[in-house]
Amino acid sequence: MTAVSEQIGNWLAAFTDQFPAEPWVQALREAAFQRFSALGFPTTHNEEWRFTSVAPIARTAFRIGSADKLIRSPEIVEEPDSCVAQAHLARYASFDQNSFVALNTAFLDRLVPTTVLRVPPGAVLEQPIEITYAVPADVAGDPREALPIAVHPRTLILVGAGAQCAIIETFKGEGFYFTNAVTEIVAAENSFVDHYKLQQESPEALHIATLQAQLGRNTNFSSHSISLGGALVRNDVGVVLSEGTEATLNGLYIANGSQHIDNHTVIDHAKPHGTSHELYKGILDDHATAVFNGRIIVRKDAQKTDSKQTNKNLVLSDDAVINTKPELQILADDVRCTHGATIGQLDAESMFYLQSRGIARPDARNLLIYAFAQDIADRVKLPTLHDSLERILFEKFHEHSQ
Amino acid sequence: MPLLEIQNLHATVAGREILKGVSLSIHPGEVHAIMGPNGSGKSTLAQVLAGRELYTVTAGQVFYEGEDLLALAPELRAQKGIFLAFQYPVEIPGVSNMYFLKAALNTVRKARNLPELDAFDFLALVKEKMKLMEMDQALLNRPVNTGFSGGEKKRNEIFQMAVLEPRLAILDETDSGLDIDALRIVAGGVNALRSPDRSMIVVTHYQRLLNYIVPDFVHVLSEGRIVKSGGKELALELEEKGYAGLGIEDEEEAVGRI
Repeated sequence: MTAVSEQIGNWLAAFTDQFPAEPWVQALREAAFQRFSALGFPTTHNEEWRFTSVAPIARTAFRIGSADKLIRSPEIVEEPDSCVAQAHLARYASFDQNSFVALNTAFLDRLVPTTVLRVPPGAVLEQPIEITYAVPADVAGDPREALPIAVHPRTLILVGAGAQCAIIETFKGEGFYFTNAVTEIVAAENSFVDHYKLQQESPEALHIATLQAQLGRNTNFSSHSISLGGALVRNDVGVVLSEGTEATLNGLYIANGSQHIDNHTVIDHAKPHGTSHELYKGILDDHATAVFNGRIIVRKDAQKTDSKQTNKNLVLSDDAVINTKPELQILADDVRCTHGATIGQLDAESMFYLQSRGIARPDARNLLIYAFAQDIADRVKLPTLHDSLERILFEKFHEHSQ
Repeated sequence: MPLLEIQNLHATVAGREILKGVSLSIHPGEVHAIMGPNGSGKSTLAQVLAGRELYTVTAGQVFYEGEDLLALAPELRAQKGIFLAFQYPVEIPGVSNMYFLKAALNTVRKARNLPELDAFDFLALVKEKMKLMEMDQALLNRPVNTGFSGGEKKRNEIFQMAVLEPRLAILDETDSGLDIDALRIVAGGVNALRSPDRSMIVVTHYQRLLNYIVPDFVHVLSEGRIVKSGGKELALELEEKGYAGLGIEDEEEAVGRI
């Protein structure tokens, strides 16, 4: 515990070093930092963090840096003024119980707080909104610079009623650093939003991220979380559904070496007639470990909810570990909720079938692994992203067999 | 020289001996039918020849083109021209039939020192063979065997065989579960592939298939051994008298004789 409190001291120094921000941002920062100080970093005694130790983050002294941010968005997408941002920012991703959201909020940018984008009502975007956060390789020199960087990317996307858009968030970088990202999405009534997250952090990186989406009546929302990089990764994806909302949560995590990837999702059916489909697939090799924890809440008046959760894992080595757990909290009585998890190895019969047609064993193995992942890639609706994901997967499994 | 020479082959699965000394010579161009009741070891023989690791060969030898077959990995056997049409073709979701077949064909062609086929030539070949098997071309873009009916799976096996053009084809109960129309199509596909330098082993429980694929030799397998060999007339004799007529116990199916 002492190590943890020491590092909180380090964060305090960084916090007080910040330039003051607009009063409302400053107020948020202070409330969040206070909460962070009270919570501290979670330990594995905390049920939410039982299988994920954040000691590598808690014990490291970081300096605050910023990731290179690249935004490509269609012209119609606006950057709303401070008042609009103020009405929504930090309203959905709560920092009350989550130290990392608190920490991110405590380090909100000074003048233009975060990436705030707004898709006007009724706008149908032909091209996706692309946001890339890249942490560049450290520049040596100043001894202070020797400290690894912590970045706190913050994104807020407001989608107007009846609008339709796709969002791609990409995270990447070089060397050892800590990314602590928070993204909030608000989808107004009858909008259609596809969110894609491509996590391609460096092999040494620590990556903690929260995506929280507030979904209006009759919206159709999908989240696709692709986790490929990072040494220690935790993704929290939360969605709150309204009446008639349809939410799809897909995920793919591929880990080898000693990577650890934790996916926690919370699907909150707050109103009746909501539908949610969740499919997370994982491929684990070497000593990699992974966690899937899928909570589905069906509130008392969320009758006629239809919810399906599936988690499938392909475990390629004896030393890889997956902890998978569904958590259903159903308070309504007229609902349909199903869940299932599988953990398996490559199918010997499929291997033999491929080999019996002349395909060499390593190629057969790669083909089956690729096919397992392909299922998620095929759910990516953007053709360019689908293709680049296929390419990434292909290269990943090719290199893997060497 | 025989294309395939099986000498006193013994094989076990999970410690249980299934093949108890099978010997068989197959020359180029010959079609051998292997018949026998359920549990006689027919499918085991087919799978051992294709290299399924589930089975352990405990004694005996197999020579293919004069080479020790049992020393080869399954993919090398396939590359050298052995093809097994599976009794239960495996569903592989996520891999399209087209991709799978192209990968298989080009590996096999490479092993035979033939140039790889480009997409255009491959498609032309595939279309021709699909026509032979009266298959819907839409099946090409579907994942391998996934969602196929039983008949479509069996036809897909023979279609693959037609594309890969093996030297030794082993058909493992390709007829079971087929209605008479599908059986005719499958047999037609097989017959179109008969040639003086291609040999076939046709494993079947029923004589019916052999009306359509007429064998040169018929062997009866019982309890892991070949107990009787003869010409095609042996199949007719079996049809008439049943396995019991040869003094072979045939375990009754759950439904029994009607």
